[in-house]
Amino acid sequence: MTGIIYCFANSLKVTPMLPVHIRLRKFCPYAAVLLLWLASAPLHAALNIEIFGGGATQIPIAIVPFAAEERLAQGITPVVSSDLQRSGLFRLVDPGGLRPHEPVEVVYPDWANRGAGAVVIGSTTAIPGGQVAIRVRLLDVARQTELAVYTETVPATQLRAAAHRIADIIYEKLTGDVGVFSTRIAYVIKQGKKYSLQVADADGFNAQPVIEYTEPIISPAWSPDGKQLAYVSFENKKPVVYVQTLATRARKAVANFRGSNSAPAWSPDGKKLAVTLSLMGGSQIFLVNVDGSGLQRLSQSSGIDTEPNFSPDGQSIIFTSDRGGSPQIYRMPVSGRASGTAERLTFEGSYNVSPDFSRDGKSFTFIHRNGDRFNVAIQNLATRQVQLLTDSQFDESPSFAPNGKIILYATEVRGRGILSAVSSDGKTRQQLSTQAGDIREPAWGPLSR
Amino acid sequence: MKKVFGVLLISLLSACASQGTQPSAEVEDKSRGVTAPSEESTRGTEATPTLNPLTDPNNILSRRSVYFDFDSYVVKDEYKSLVVAHAQYLRDNGNARALVQGNTDERGSREYNLALGQRRADAVKYVMTLSGARESQVESVSLGEEKPRATGHDEASWAENRRADIRYQGE
Repeated sequence: MTGIIYCFANSLKVTPMLPVHIRLRKFCPYAAVLLLWLASAPLHAALNIEIFGGGATQIPIAIVPFAAEERLAQGITPVVSSDLQRSGLFRLVDPGGLRPHEPVEVVYPDWANRGAGAVVIGSTTAIPGGQVAIRVRLLDVARQTELAVYTETVPATQLRAAAHRIADIIYEKLTGDVGVFSTRIAYVIKQGKKYSLQVADADGFNAQPVIEYTEPIISPAWSPDGKQLAYVSFENKKPVVYVQTLATRARKAVANFRGSNSAPAWSPDGKKLAVTLSLMGGSQIFLVNVDGSGLQRLSQSSGIDTEPNFSPDGQSIIFTSDRGGSPQIYRMPVSGRASGTAERLTFEGSYNVSPDFSRDGKSFTFIHRNGDRFNVAIQNLATRQVQLLTDSQFDESPSFAPNGKIILYATEVRGRGILSAVSSDGKTRQQLSTQAGDIREPAWGPLSR
Repeated sequence: MKKVFGVLLISLLSACASQGTQPSAEVEDKSRGVTAPSEESTRGTEATPTLNPLTDPNNILSRRSVYFDFDSYVVKDEYKSLVVAHAQYLRDNGNARALVQGNTDERGSREYNLALGQRRADAVKYVMTLSGARESQVESVSLGEEKPRATGHDEASWAENRRADIRYQGE
């Protein structure tokens, strides 16, 4: 299907319609274990997904195909299954011939014998006007109880979105964390001379172009409400920061000063952007209102200051600076007396760049140069402890999922840019690749609630 | 719980609906609006044989590229005479205007590389202004890692792309 797939020729190919029992080999976390075969997916499916490794404590879950689901244009349980499996926290248990759709039809010992800790059952009913009524139950096998019941009526065109919401509910009930299957991602695809900024569902489906140019586009950044994207476009032969509203496609150049304008980062209240400008010489960090007014210099150094990223409380910014002789990550308050006074955060190695705060503000992810490799790392702000999460060659642009459990980043396989995601404990990785072209500059959007 | 998902559904529906109606015409309109000449067309003139000192292959002024070490923006001694020669050309030709474009290899952060390319262009401009060019004659810009001259993924390509180019107005 794509360039990267044949390098894992031995990987197991599975159609999402047939849930299968897969044992992830923990001692070989980087073996390709599963390839989701998306041949039957809608035409606008832009990304393919592969999963590597798996967490130490996977929840065994059986997902029974819903009643009358096979009559729908888009199955629901295949989407739920692949969402949960992609998280690395679940192990799918084959329902075999069992097909319960109602709680009374569930014989719990049968499921216990199959090793399932939880069972998902449900039904779909097509109703006139192109709507589908969905009813889902999540059952606890050991306690023989219902953990969740969920009903929703959606247009037949929104079945994937409904499936993602169901996966979110199951994920939340069984892990205690917020699910991110209903979120969206942004990234840039370069195909030939064309650059396309796209937005897709978190599983890579429903990719939609935001803008397309024959000049580079970099650094997309989601507004906190998920309605706008800031990005840097070279369409006027130099980098300019734009903010575009996704619904209307209206856009505005918010930083188009003399010299280069780049690295937009949203304040958590969505009112300001931190940007990097060469307006006053060098590359320094400024604050600007989202309408382009109120320019205010924030960093003060004779070196490079760039890649600002706000703390979730909006009080400080972490950024990359070479003021100490090599690029390292620093933190500075945004306002008040100490505004612009920077404190160095990274000390290991001579190249630490591209910081992104976790949404709880307790850690940040960044790119660490490790010999000849550029890898995704995570640092705890309280303990200063650093953990390397990847061992690939050229990783870039790490971006936290809104639940802090996954980090999306760009990497390279055989000279081609692809997206990859790693769990924040480093145990599970997945790859998202396109049919053609280089994919880069990923940014994970906020929760859509 | 139900209420939360109701809100979620509405926001998702509106997001999807609005995305579904995105016209592609607007994108094409904007592409047509880009009128600046492509880099390739300006580059083509360099090959034209002429007695112009800027393009005469026997003149040091025909050399336009300054190369850098990884993550460095120090203008190395071997390129100083080249940069000084361009500075003196600008000093002697008060109407001439130069553009210095900084570039980096593809490794590491795109944003940091954009800033690093700017530092490289600024470093070349600084040597030029110290050597006789007026500040207003030289503009420094960065292309970061976005416009690689060498498209390979090896040290030879990376070395070629760690570079600042001097271009003259009208070229």
